[in-house]
Amino acid sequence: MNPRLDPRKWLSFLLSPLDGPLMLLVLALTAYSAVIMVSASPERLGTLAVNTAVAFFVMWVAARIPPQRMMSIALPLYVIGIVLLVAVALFGDVSKGARRWLNIGITRIQPSELMKIAMPLTLAWYFQSREGMIRGRDFLIAISLLLLPVGLIAKQPDLGTAILVTASGFFVLFFAGLTWRLILPVAVVGIVGIASIVAMGDTICQPGVDWPGLREYQKHRVCTLLDPTSDPLGKGFHIIQSTIAIGSGGVVGKGWGNGTQTHLDFLPERHTDFIFAVLTEEFGLVGALILVVIYILLIFRGLFIAAGAPTLFSRLLAGALTLIFFTYALVNMGMVSGILPVVGVPLPFVSYGGTALVTLCLGVGMLMSIQRHRRRVGT
Amino acid sequence: MAAIRTPEQELARFRGRLAVAGIIALIGFGLLAARFFYLQVVRYDYYSTRAEDNRISLVPIVPNRGLITDRNGTVLARNYSAYTLEITPSKVADLEATIEELSKLVDIQPKDRKRLKKLMDESKSFESLPLRNRLSDEEVARFIAQRYRFPGVELKARLFRDYPLGSFASHVIGYIGRINDRDLERIEESEDAANYRGTDHIGKSGLEKSYERDLHGITGFEEVEVDSGGRAVRLLRRTPAIPGNNVVLTLDLKLQEIVEKAFGNRRGALVAIEPSTGGVLAMASTPTFDPNLFVDGIAPQDWDQLNTDQDKPLLNRAIYSAYPPGSTFKPFMALGALTTGKRTPNQTLADPGYFNFGGHRFMDDKIGGHGGVDLYKSIVVSCNTYYYVLANDMGIDAIAGFMRPFGFGQRSGIDLPGESEGVLPSPEWKKKRFKKPEQQKWFGGETISVGIGQGYNAYTPLQMAQGLAALVNNGVLFRPHIARHVVDAKTGEKRTIEPEPLRTIPLKQAHIDLIKRAMVGVNKAGTGARAFAGAPYEVGGKTGTAQVYSLKGGKYVEGRIAERLRDHSWFIAFAPADKPKIALAVLVENGGFGAQSAAPIARQALDYYLLGKVPAGIAPEDPAAEESAEVAE
Repeated sequence: MNPRLDPRKWLSFLLSPLDGPLMLLVLALTAYSAVIMVSASPERLGTLAVNTAVAFFVMWVAARIPPQRMMSIALPLYVIGIVLLVAVALFGDVSKGARRWLNIGITRIQPSELMKIAMPLTLAWYFQSREGMIRGRDFLIAISLLLLPVGLIAKQPDLGTAILVTASGFFVLFFAGLTWRLILPVAVVGIVGIASIVAMGDTICQPGVDWPGLREYQKHRVCTLLDPTSDPLGKGFHIIQSTIAIGSGGVVGKGWGNGTQTHLDFLPERHTDFIFAVLTEEFGLVGALILVVIYILLIFRGLFIAAGAPTLFSRLLAGALTLIFFTYALVNMGMVSGILPVVGVPLPFVSYGGTALVTLCLGVGMLMSIQRHRRRVGT
Repeated sequence: MAAIRTPEQELARFRGRLAVAGIIALIGFGLLAARFFYLQVVRYDYYSTRAEDNRISLVPIVPNRGLITDRNGTVLARNYSAYTLEITPSKVADLEATIEELSKLVDIQPKDRKRLKKLMDESKSFESLPLRNRLSDEEVARFIAQRYRFPGVELKARLFRDYPLGSFASHVIGYIGRINDRDLERIEESEDAANYRGTDHIGKSGLEKSYERDLHGITGFEEVEVDSGGRAVRLLRRTPAIPGNNVVLTLDLKLQEIVEKAFGNRRGALVAIEPSTGGVLAMASTPTFDPNLFVDGIAPQDWDQLNTDQDKPLLNRAIYSAYPPGSTFKPFMALGALTTGKRTPNQTLADPGYFNFGGHRFMDDKIGGHGGVDLYKSIVVSCNTYYYVLANDMGIDAIAGFMRPFGFGQRSGIDLPGESEGVLPSPEWKKKRFKKPEQQKWFGGETISVGIGQGYNAYTPLQMAQGLAALVNNGVLFRPHIARHVVDAKTGEKRTIEPEPLRTIPLKQAHIDLIKRAMVGVNKAGTGARAFAGAPYEVGGKTGTAQVYSLKGGKYVEGRIAERLRDHSWFIAFAPADKPKIALAVLVENGGFGAQSAAPIARQALDYYLLGKVPAGIAPEDPAAEESAEVAE
């Protein structure tokens, strides 16, 4: 038999870059996504399959790229990202009141998506290059590197992506050892701030009150969260209906394909950002907890890979990527269940949408690469 | 920051932070799980009741659309109430049979069925869709008597848009139509989606589109309790709708009517502007169309007819079509010559009847020439040779630079959608317009054509009127506007659209006065004298002829040329000459020489506006004015 056609060799070529546990968890999530899609939007199953295939290929390729190679493309990727973001600010297409897209002739791209990966990559690269002599100054530089794209993205405005990119960069700083003396006060101020907004919601949500630094629609989203009934036909509608969907699901759900909220069109964006509401309406608390457990396993596998990573770069990258998955999941489920404001963040690996899926799978691929190359890289 | 640590310490700290991250992740997911538990177990009964019978339904109350009236209160767009038969497909067991039964009570045409089918494809099955609009009283009575037989079919009182004057001023008013996918996208982008729940019509063109925000109003809603069949049983709460604002125009409808009638069945456009405010007094584009056809979805045969008609009735020629200005460009050229110092008023040119340039002979239209021509005479007799030489002396950059502030070749910013830019030719424009390098080069001969308003020059009638208004308003250029006030329908509170001076063109008063005097001379002794014979007011004007078809050396004889290849006829005018109250531009497509067809239309418009003289065949008083009181609620 021709060794080139030996199926076992091929299988090993295909499977060797992949990390077993991570692969199983991602497969479980995409399978879950397909099951929900059959109910929520069966006509999109075909595209879902294509998107998944593309994303898995990207993951496989990323898993074969050694961390040193990733390190060498970090800075160029960052610079390209910044250039594209500036181009968006200057010539971008406006859609839904925001300038997010760049038309490059054949297709439209959203450069802020690139930054979700480029950001942790760049900061991890920066700390690696300063390994052994990291001082306070380095954190200042890293924070500036972080704020530049975040400012550009927030200006588009795209609050959801700005939060995700900020988070991805912050995680690197956190793992690189940013002092608690800085983290704790910010956390306390944030918690106090949110608490006071909740407490004073009635006063500051009056029309005509301007919120410094935030756009009118962003104010509206926060206010709608505080009191969804203030705008039942408009923005409150999403939250009211998704909460009803979740609550009426009960412990075991209404059954696959039987969600009344879903099928009577009460649920907005039921195949994208609000897919979690479909899941919980039809599969109940049990379905939701299964999903949460898969996410917990995914995150602990990621943290485990980070713990075993040999270089500072790969440690920081693995830790940050893992916490990005956590942030996605937390923010999405939080907004759909009405405890966080509605910002456009998909449910990782489950929401329909090719770009987000590719980005996420790229992240998983990088984690796999770090795990696979953990012994071969010595310092 | 702490002192530099050993790699071991670093690793230990990193793993400590991983542990913290793991704990935070568990806490975060724990909080979420608690939230799910709260919603799905603790409050399960509450939410499942809300979901299951969805007893409380929110019914949007569509606000009344604002009215559009002219400056004197004549209603141009209003609403009336009528019954419509609506059907909710998801509540009807057998749709075909139901419609069949209904057709025994109510007249249902095949086109009604077709429209319903189309609506069903576009909407969700639980939406109530119109099957027949504007039922007669008899049909309403017949249906009510048998209503019990038709679950899922409802009789609803609805407001319909009506344009009582039919095709008059239709390009300005525009029309509304059913909201389509493109409109929906726009509505979602404007974050106005909530306000459009329940609304199925939106402004599609003209003022109906540009003042959509004012006209639409704010949607109210009713919280009603419904029974299992979906019928409302009890009203819980009601937030009334706020009706849309009325839009009052600067337009004088009588003037508009006289102008449109004066065009007869000729194609063309007229724009009349009040120079001191930029307010549009009349804007006509012929042929017109009946906007009422569009309100409930235009029938396919009407649509095809409007679209395939080679006269293009849907086109607003006044703001969209650009034509070479011909000799109406000369007063502006003359003013440019004085302002740039290229000519003095008394400098005289001996006109031999042609101008030789680069081996080409540019002809005057008078064989043998006009003799000695100074600046005044050059306008009155419309001497081409004078402007050939002038354009060559000024050069294209100076011409374009002088003309630009008058608004030539730019959108004026009028409050109507669909304005075009026109072309103010310049070497830069040519570079942008053409791709091949050999086409991009500017030739001196082209400057000479531009000098008499031919060549690449192309301006909309609105731009010509605006430029003239700025000239006679001593260089102060206003943004043209058609709306004068926006009136709150409830409180009567008026918001005035303030005249907006865009710029003051630096001109010398003596120069302006000379040009105005020469334009008065045109109507006294020159090309416009016949049309304005006996006019009791002083009026300035200029004829123009835009070439459609270039005769290679042959002589232009009107009768021998196909109608559509004949020259376009222009006339611009302002009056009274000392303190102009109106400036206008008229274009008649293929109307031939400007004095022939365009000038008489201008005469009728000015006679009415200044003297109140109404031509024979038009009712002297305003029949529509009385109707303005009785508007459907």
